[in-house]
Amino acid sequence: MRRAPGDPKASEITPESLWLDRRSFLKAAGLAAAAALSPRLVGAADFAGGEKPTPLDSITAYNNFYEFGTDKESPARYAPKYLKPHPWSVKVEGLVGKPKTWSIEELSKVFPSQERIYRLRCVEAWSAVIPWNGFPLSALLKKAEPKAKAKYVAFQTLYDPKQMPGQNESVLQWPYVEGLRLDEAMHDLTLLATGIYGKPMPAQDGAPIRLVVPWKYGFKSIKSIVSIKLVESQPPTSWNISAPPEYGFYSNVNPEHDHPRWSQSTERRLGELFKRKTLMFNGYSTEVASLYKGMDLDANY
Amino acid sequence: MKALLFLVCLAPLLRLGWRAFHAALGANPVQTVQFQTGLWALNLLLVTLAITPLVKLTGKSALNKYRRMLGVFSYFYALLHFLTYLVLDKFFDFHEIWKDVAKRLWITAGFSCFILLTPLALTSTDGMIRRLGKNWGLLHRLIYPAAILGVVHFLWLVKKDRTAPLEYAAALAVILGARFVLKASDFRR
Repeated sequence: MRRAPGDPKASEITPESLWLDRRSFLKAAGLAAAAALSPRLVGAADFAGGEKPTPLDSITAYNNFYEFGTDKESPARYAPKYLKPHPWSVKVEGLVGKPKTWSIEELSKVFPSQERIYRLRCVEAWSAVIPWNGFPLSALLKKAEPKAKAKYVAFQTLYDPKQMPGQNESVLQWPYVEGLRLDEAMHDLTLLATGIYGKPMPAQDGAPIRLVVPWKYGFKSIKSIVSIKLVESQPPTSWNISAPPEYGFYSNVNPEHDHPRWSQSTERRLGELFKRKTLMFNGYSTEVASLYKGMDLDANY
Repeated sequence: MKALLFLVCLAPLLRLGWRAFHAALGANPVQTVQFQTGLWALNLLLVTLAITPLVKLTGKSALNKYRRMLGVFSYFYALLHFLTYLVLDKFFDFHEIWKDVAKRLWITAGFSCFILLTPLALTSTDGMIRRLGKNWGLLHRLIYPAAILGVVHFLWLVKKDRTAPLEYAAALAVILGARFVLKASDFRR
């Protein structure tokens, strides 16, 4: 694959950038401390500006998970019935020094779970506030020791039409695949989530383990992951394959870049009557804007 | 009989009211209301269009007297559908609405459908029918492009799974086809 104009050169993604820089670490620590003082969810790091999280029954009743049907209610109806999240393993492979197949149990033992409250913005102009449990993807990637050639991370959902009956329909190419640039994947906000509200991840929300990238549209946060592969060139992503002009590789939340289908300038929080203004990078500009410095975000939508 | 039909036409709205009262409109209630009002506008529009071929096929001209109520109810749901967009989605931001209508073809189609149906609803009184005379029939032919635009609106708004809108497109094709065939056979006779 050829390098797209906005892509980083190998030299730009230095091994140092794999490591959380001191500033963002302190910021996260500060936010965590502030959240610890809030009476609502003790111990949760609030990355949603103090907003009240969306009720669990909304988070589990209104889902886009085409592996279980294309409407919002099908995942809640079918995922708990068909998906078997145990046993489950996740392969970390590709351009890494230490490839490894992890069982879910091992992952939760090695990587301590944190609670973080994030905003979630769907490309369909609805949004929610979700208290995730999980750990930074960077922790897992560091253990795998990415090679210098690795520039992107490719993710894959389970492919098993018996467990995911929606895969019998050809609405998307299966298995669902997603991707991040390595620096995006290494960013401290990028989580591998294994639960919501302190409970194990509900099947319809991507059990047993899913990605959460809060400054990108929801479809980037791939569910029920079985493979995480470090690669050299930009990996294909499911919605981009399906409709390239509508869904780009980056898909950062951007109220300025209009989507042919939905105005992205406003959004409706689940349960609210009126729409509210959508924030650049879903309100995480301070944390992530530097990742895209000098890039034309209209061209790299 | 007309009273019964009135209740049947009102039922989808009553059901929405019931669900709202019991907080059973789902996680995104506004979207549920938006979808249901749009769907019933389209359902009733297709039923309205089906009356004429049904009368011709069955000979039951009594059906004709229900056509107006069905058509007006279709517009009633289209109006509610439009109001959810105007008030809840855009809160009277006409600049944003104009951008939507100009840029997003599915909104262009839905908006045009609504605009075309408006004079039909306004001229559905006895007085207007009398006043317009022959022109009334001409004016009300706008229901054909409106129905097509309504189905196109549904087809284009769907992100991926086109099953439901394609069923509506098929139903509309059958109804319009039947009208055309029956008209041609009238002419031959």
